[in-house]
Amino acid sequence: MFHSIVTHLTDDTLISLYAFSVELVLVVTILTILLLRLCRWTENLDAIYVAIVGTIVALFALMPIFPLDITASPMKLVPIGELPRVEIFTGMLVYDGFSVVIKSILLLFLLLFFTLVKITGVTARADNTDFTTLVLGASLGMCVMASANHMLTVFMGIEMASVPSFVLVAFLRFRRTSSEAALKYALYGAGAAGVMLYGISLITGILNTAHLPTMAARLAEMNLAGMSSTETLVLSLAALMTLAGLAYKLSAVPFHLWAPDVFEGATAEVGAFLSVASKAAALALLVRVAVGFASLDAAATPLAVALESSNAEVAVAAEVEPLQVALLQAEAEAAPADAAPEAAAVTVDSQERTRNFLGIVLALVAAVTCTFGNLAAFTQTNIKRLLAYSTIAHAGYMMMAVPAAVAVSGSHPALAGKFVAYLALYIVVYLFMNLGAFAIVAFVRDATGSEQIQDYAGMLGRNKTVAVCFALILVSLVGLPPLAGFIGKFAVFASLAEGYQATAQTYLMVLLFIGGLNTAISLYYYLRVVKVMLIDSVGDETPPISHPIGMLQSGYMWLLTAPVVLLIVNWEFLHAWLQSAVGTLVS
Amino acid sequence: MVNDLVLTSLIFLPVLGAIALAFFPAEGKNVIRFFTLLITFLVLVPVIWIALPYDQNLSFDLTQGEMQHVVNYSWIPSFDINYFLGMDGISFPLVMLTAVITVLAMGASWSIEKHVKSYCILYLILLAGMMGVFLALDLFLFYIFWEVMLLPMYFLIGVWGGPRKEYAAIKFFLYTLVGGVLMLIAILMLYFSSDVRQLTPDQLATAHVQVVSAEGSLLTGQEAHAELAAQTLPVHTFNILALQQLGQNTDVFDGELLFGKTLQWWAFVLLFIGFIIKVPSVPLHTWLPDAHVEAPTPISMILAGVLLKMGGYGIIRICYPICPDAGYDLAWVVCSIGVISMVYGAFAALAQKDFKRMVAYSSVSHMGYVVLGLGVWSAAAGGMFDPASWNMGVKGAMFQMMGHGVSSAGMFFMVGIVYDRVHHRDLNQFGGLYGKMPVYTAIAMLLFFAGLGLPGLCGFIGEVFVVLSVWKFSGVLAVISASVVILTAAYILWAVQRVYLGAEYNGPHEEALTEITPRELAISIPLCVLAVVLGVFPGLLFRYMDPTIDRQVTALAEWTERVKLPALQAERRAAEDEVVEVVRPRLARPEAGIADIPPVAADGLSPVKFEGPGAVVASGEND
Repeated sequence: MFHSIVTHLTDDTLISLYAFSVELVLVVTILTILLLRLCRWTENLDAIYVAIVGTIVALFALMPIFPLDITASPMKLVPIGELPRVEIFTGMLVYDGFSVVIKSILLLFLLLFFTLVKITGVTARADNTDFTTLVLGASLGMCVMASANHMLTVFMGIEMASVPSFVLVAFLRFRRTSSEAALKYALYGAGAAGVMLYGISLITGILNTAHLPTMAARLAEMNLAGMSSTETLVLSLAALMTLAGLAYKLSAVPFHLWAPDVFEGATAEVGAFLSVASKAAALALLVRVAVGFASLDAAATPLAVALESSNAEVAVAAEVEPLQVALLQAEAEAAPADAAPEAAAVTVDSQERTRNFLGIVLALVAAVTCTFGNLAAFTQTNIKRLLAYSTIAHAGYMMMAVPAAVAVSGSHPALAGKFVAYLALYIVVYLFMNLGAFAIVAFVRDATGSEQIQDYAGMLGRNKTVAVCFALILVSLVGLPPLAGFIGKFAVFASLAEGYQATAQTYLMVLLFIGGLNTAISLYYYLRVVKVMLIDSVGDETPPISHPIGMLQSGYMWLLTAPVVLLIVNWEFLHAWLQSAVGTLVS
Repeated sequence: MVNDLVLTSLIFLPVLGAIALAFFPAEGKNVIRFFTLLITFLVLVPVIWIALPYDQNLSFDLTQGEMQHVVNYSWIPSFDINYFLGMDGISFPLVMLTAVITVLAMGASWSIEKHVKSYCILYLILLAGMMGVFLALDLFLFYIFWEVMLLPMYFLIGVWGGPRKEYAAIKFFLYTLVGGVLMLIAILMLYFSSDVRQLTPDQLATAHVQVVSAEGSLLTGQEAHAELAAQTLPVHTFNILALQQLGQNTDVFDGELLFGKTLQWWAFVLLFIGFIIKVPSVPLHTWLPDAHVEAPTPISMILAGVLLKMGGYGIIRICYPICPDAGYDLAWVVCSIGVISMVYGAFAALAQKDFKRMVAYSSVSHMGYVVLGLGVWSAAAGGMFDPASWNMGVKGAMFQMMGHGVSSAGMFFMVGIVYDRVHHRDLNQFGGLYGKMPVYTAIAMLLFFAGLGLPGLCGFIGEVFVVLSVWKFSGVLAVISASVVILTAAYILWAVQRVYLGAEYNGPHEEALTEITPRELAISIPLCVLAVVLGVFPGLLFRYMDPTIDRQVTALAEWTERVKLPALQAERRAAEDEVVEVVRPRLARPEAGIADIPPVAADGLSPVKFEGPGAVVASGEND
């Protein structure tokens, strides 16, 4: 007995490691960067180069188009659409198309981000070791968030991503605003983590497990058996507390208060990291948790079962199936065994309660976040604060796809995956837009030393590249065609319209209208910046461009603006890739 | 292939021109201007070539009411989006108008001295967007072009405009964007409820639906139908023509959406709001006077001449054919909005002191005719059903759009000429221009009379058609709309009197009042010629429109007889039964009670024989 458990664990872990290659590469990169400093010849090597190489190696290890199918024996590369959803590390993490997509987005971002940091030279060269280590460490946490399948990994991922971020915000040690921002960020983070931990302990206490699919199954069972009002109350409370932790990472209202101060206090580069990478990971985690609870079909196959089906020789595993496997199978067998259509109908009905609860709560948070972010951005005078509120608003837009996916996950599982793919499309577009915006803010800060919106006046006459690229990116953030922002918005709105047509849940239609109106509202403040740059003329107090913006900077701006402008010509390849990767999220 | 290239070039040649302009040195203002003018000419030439009947492949087929010159390529297959362009009698006249007005307005742009290069780049992108809107037959593509115009327009008003340019520009942008967002919601709802599997092979062929077979080859018509029949899930589409077929021949859009209204009712309302913001109709018109007053002259010409027509085009191309049921039910709302705009616009124009603002309000008033003409379904009122007069209303609306495109562009140019000289537009500080600028005054009077709707000029035909078509729909609306002509005459004649007549000029800069220059003359003459020719030979233009409008109206009339009238009759019968149920207990002799109640208007609803559109056209030409 003991022997077989050990064998099983070693097998499971060894195979799981293949699906964990990206994280491993990141860990090795971090260690390399740290160790290089100890050696005399490599002491002066710029850590950013190592980080860039590490990121590229990680991308190769991931293979976003043809990832490794670890359930086949021997393992082989398969097209991403055929990648099975499996649990690795005994159910702690999931390895599927969605995690591959989110990790690819994170790595692509890291690549562009390190390039940006290299160009702006925001950190002293000697500090780059610390800086890259922190960034890579946070990214490691984000990778865990993107593939979390267990409340333990959920919490661990969030903390691994958050703690290095606190330090990153305070990285310019001698700036008081940075320190203040970091303190606020850390305090908020600690508070949110505490609340979330409490919520998680309540949920796991009631459901007797922290493994997401098993929790969902238990919840369905409990719904089936009927819940006492106390249980309902505690569960709802616990769910709200857990969502609070997620909302903090997403900077969703009412847990957004840290965002403007942190974005203003941190350097623009770190702002880009927080607003893109952190948001992408948090959204992925939200999808995992929300869709995981909303639909039993979202559960991944345990590795042992997957291996067994592909390779009958691994018979040992069958003996010591982990608890959840047995449960899931019992669940699966129970339904047809009873052969009672009424029972099945009741099960669906009981899941409906969970779905409605999650759908309405998330829709409400998305609507409020989006509207609040847009309205609060109106009066901002600091460009980074403006972008902070814009980030909050965009988190709201992106969250809108999640209630749609939750709502359809029961009746139309295929649609749920499709909607999450729409969300991923938005994230990809958002990566280019927001990284571009923050990069330009960083370049302008280096050139003029100012981050006030009024100091962008007359930019058209002073530096054409900055003016044109920034204008295009800002208009793209509004979501106006033909710029790429429209594609993301179109996709998210499409998920709401299609979700409404599939389920007739009124809140999805309301959300669609709110999203639409917000687009119009947001026009005003983005366009204000564009107006300052392109129409207003240079004032007496406008700081001059004292350090000219070089070819490298201009090239970088065009590099990020080009996808924003040209993606409309053909986004089929991107959409097709995302659909094939994420489309089977629930099935 | 040639056809594909020509249609594509109408949209993308200006884009290429704009990219090329980016590499021109900013100092050579005249080079840039002439280059831009050349590009606009290069867009005009193929349009004229298509309009003339000499080329077997390219010429516009006057006998055909269907979509022609179709370009159809798969673009984003995973969203069923196609690069789908085409022309018919509704879009082609507007394409001609766009091409002509753009050349003339570019000529008028010589007075722009500031940032000429940026101006020309934005101008060309604007041209591409306008062409795209009229040519696109895929709703996604249509929406992209619709919104593409916003940003150039914002800058053209916001940078080169008058004193309150930024306010006017953002107001224009916000209004149109709100309309655009509502449209997007409607488009998404239509897309996700569409299902091309329900169309017959003939309808698929008419709508140019393409289906990619398993082997990757493109199928149409019968084969497409067979391929689609094998699909288990609904096949959505953005194809405007397919959506029209679905709206008229199936009930996919009849599902209830919100508050007891059907999906097509909501789609119609949302799209209609989006379009009447552009038209613009009261009460969503308030951006227009500001935008016009602040915009530079050539942009005012484009705005009045072309951009406003997009609203009318959207209503006739998208609202009615796709959502006929809602269109029928809302006929009164649409017509009332049209009439209110006419009356309000006219009164507001009467009250203006600013010359340009007056012309802007006259646009609101004149575009009201378009909305009214399109809304006259002639069925909702009095139980009469008369598709012939609806046909006439739609033709009148189309002609009014063309006529207004010429006359309003001309009027704005005339205002611009005098503003360039004396730098004010106060109607009370003019007078006596006839003595100082006789040629200019003659031209201006011609164009203003065209706007007034004087018989023999282009404004007359559209107004008469629309007003006549309303009689059968509602006598009250007809009387009001006919009497608006008096108001129109009042404000135009009063303005002419205050500006051009009188003994002497009583404003500043009297010395600057010099005769019209050759360049200005070269822009005014084509407008005058068009105003006269369209007024005397309206058939020249009707030739292009008639087959398509006849076809569309016949299809919708057929739909009304087949679907809507039986449904209404059934509704009435149900209501009648209900009345009987209520009345029965109160009556002493129930049987007699039932017999007393006359069968409600079953006769009144019976369709009047549709006499065919030819008769109307003939009579129209005789007018």
